[in-house]
Amino acid sequence: MSVPAFTGSNVMDVDAAKIRGAGSNVHFDKVSVAYGAHVVLHPLTLDIAPGEILAMIGPSGSGKTTALRAVAGFVRPASGRIRIGATDVTDLPPYERGLGMVVQNYALFPHMRVEDNVAFGLRAQGADKALIGERVKDSLATVGMSGFAKRYPRELSGGQQQRVAIARALAVRPRVLLLDEPLSALDAQIRRNMVEEIAKLHRDLPGLTILYVTHDQTEALTLADKIAIMRDGRVSSHGPTAELYRRPPNRFTAEFLGRANLLPVTVAEGAAGPKGLAKARLGDAVLAGAARGEKPGDKTLLCIRPQHLSLTGDEEHTNRIVGTLKEVHWQGELTHLVLDVDGTPVRVSATRLPVSLPERGSAMPLFFAPGDTSLVPEDVRG
Amino acid sequence: MLVWSRPGRILIWAVFALLFGVLFLAPLAVILLSSLADQWNGVLPSGLTTEHYSDVVQGAAWKAVKASLVTGFLASALALVSGTWAALALRIQDATLARVLGVLFFIPSAVPSVSVGLGLLVAFSHPPLLLNGTIAIVMVAHFVLISAFTFGNVSAGLARLSPDFEQVASSLGARPAYRLWHVTLPLLTPYLVAAFGLSFALSMGELGATVMVYPPGWVTLPVSIFSLTDRGDVFAGAALTMVLVAVTLILLLGLERVAGRQTRS
Ligand SMILES: Nc1ncnc2c1ncn2[C@@H]1O[C@H](COP(=O)(O)OP(=O)(O)OP(=O)(O)O)[C@@H](O)[C@H]1O
Ligand SMILES: [Mg+2]
Repeated sequence: MSVPAFTGSNVMDVDAAKIRGAGSNVHFDKVSVAYGAHVVLHPLTLDIAPGEILAMIGPSGSGKTTALRAVAGFVRPASGRIRIGATDVTDLPPYERGLGMVVQNYALFPHMRVEDNVAFGLRAQGADKALIGERVKDSLATVGMSGFAKRYPRELSGGQQQRVAIARALAVRPRVLLLDEPLSALDAQIRRNMVEEIAKLHRDLPGLTILYVTHDQTEALTLADKIAIMRDGRVSSHGPTAELYRRPPNRFTAEFLGRANLLPVTVAEGAAGPKGLAKARLGDAVLAGAARGEKPGDKTLLCIRPQHLSLTGDEEHTNRIVGTLKEVHWQGELTHLVLDVDGTPVRVSATRLPVSLPERGSAMPLFFAPGDTSLVPEDVRG
Repeated sequence: MLVWSRPGRILIWAVFALLFGVLFLAPLAVILLSSLADQWNGVLPSGLTTEHYSDVVQGAAWKAVKASLVTGFLASALALVSGTWAALALRIQDATLARVLGVLFFIPSAVPSVSVGLGLLVAFSHPPLLLNGTIAIVMVAHFVLISAFTFGNVSAGLARLSPDFEQVASSLGARPAYRLWHVTLPLLTPYLVAAFGLSFALSMGELGATVMVYPPGWVTLPVSIFSLTDRGDVFAGAALTMVLVAVTLILLLGLERVAGRQTRS
């Protein structure tokens, strides 16, 4: 695809400053949504700081779109308030909320040229002609689509349409940008590029607050300052991206974000030492991992990521478990192994394999560093 | 195409051609032949002539064409506006009410059109609703009969319209009226044109109700054709029918082009 990348900050310096001033926080205050008797969002309290990218991820039907639409004004909360900046927008119609929205299928107006699509918001708001012309030019330049102003949407590729949809949303200088699965209609290759370009866009417009709904954890991990993981209409966990990944607060988060291995263990010793490592027992093995205030005798889960399991031990990889080799999948740069450890399937992603791999069905040791490991409580709800 | 084998395809085309030929073309061909027939006593006419055409053209044909076109245009335009308005309004009502009103809209098309005409005649025969003997009552009759189709067409278009377009428009700051004019209606244009074309065609061919209510001096094409054949002037009736077919066809083809241009841009 011959689409130029989003251009650098030179084009947008003036406008970046304008948007920086406009950036607003979004505050969900015990917002609940129900369709008839069916509650799809349980009272939700959540803050998105000005200029922050919050990724909302979770399985299908977990209420992500519902939460986003409540901010946009298309879903009426059954209870609770939504504030954007200092304004309580709960009772405002969508057209008075000052937001930008990009939806999964872009919804570019098919009867308008690219430039008219981008100008739409400003025209609807009655902006003057000179301003509209300038903003359309800037917005198209930001997304690298300046050369396509006269085209109709159907004459653009999916990735190009997506850029225009973003330009259309940016042209009105929104306080908050709402993105609902903006990349899920694109194929994997273009999706990877677009993720990087949205990250770049946010570097150019650092004041822009973004609510990014996706079910793709890679997009969330790449883009987000913070992640909120949704499950059955509730926030299962919420926190800074790296922290949520490194120290998942519950099983659902650990599994949803990066498909961690979770081994059922019994705590032997509570946190000790400068790193706050606890000791836990799995069969005969005693394993060390970052604690979360567990007491000896507690049953809990030991979380270890597939890429942190090593097939060879050394002074760093001091935890050792033994499993039975079940499956080997070679995938080029990575080889995926599945072992059975005391009845729990354990996935390993190895970049390098030993010269000779044991036969399927034979026992094999795995090593990992205590620092890569943490104890994670079992979910309260099934 | 579900059938891929060559004989299968030939068979399907043959069946299609037969049905189309017998059901659609044969009656039209008979009418066309009658309109040109000098005498028709045997299997085929015994001679051809354009005399019937010159007769109807010198007779009331142009007045009838004009009455039909004006009636069709006004009734269809009215039906388009009100059907669109009803479809848009019902969309934001709750689903049951929308369904009930939707069904009500279709009742006139389930009643014989003669009865609709009779009903209107009785209903509008007293002041202050005295429309009998006016052109307006013809319009009303046509409007009642065709509005269900505009409503149905526009509703179908609205149902197929992704809510994303209008929601994105709103979030960009478009107020409802601006959104309706610049987003919803343009996206509905193909359905509006189709609805208008269908209404126009229905109106051009409407006989049952018109015969009941038409005032002197406002004789539509179907009514003229009916009275010609009723008088036994079958050949002239056939010629006038061909005029009706031609006018309607030209109109529909014109609309088709407009719709085609709309969907392309
Ligand atoms: N208009 C509606 N009427 C009734 N129920 C609805 C409606 N819209 C959504 N729901 C329900 O609300 C729940 C949450 O839907 P939502 O669209 O927010 O999920 P999501 O997390 O965005 O899922 P996905 O990843 O599939 O987009 C679902 O159970 C869905 O069936
Ligand atoms: Mg969704």
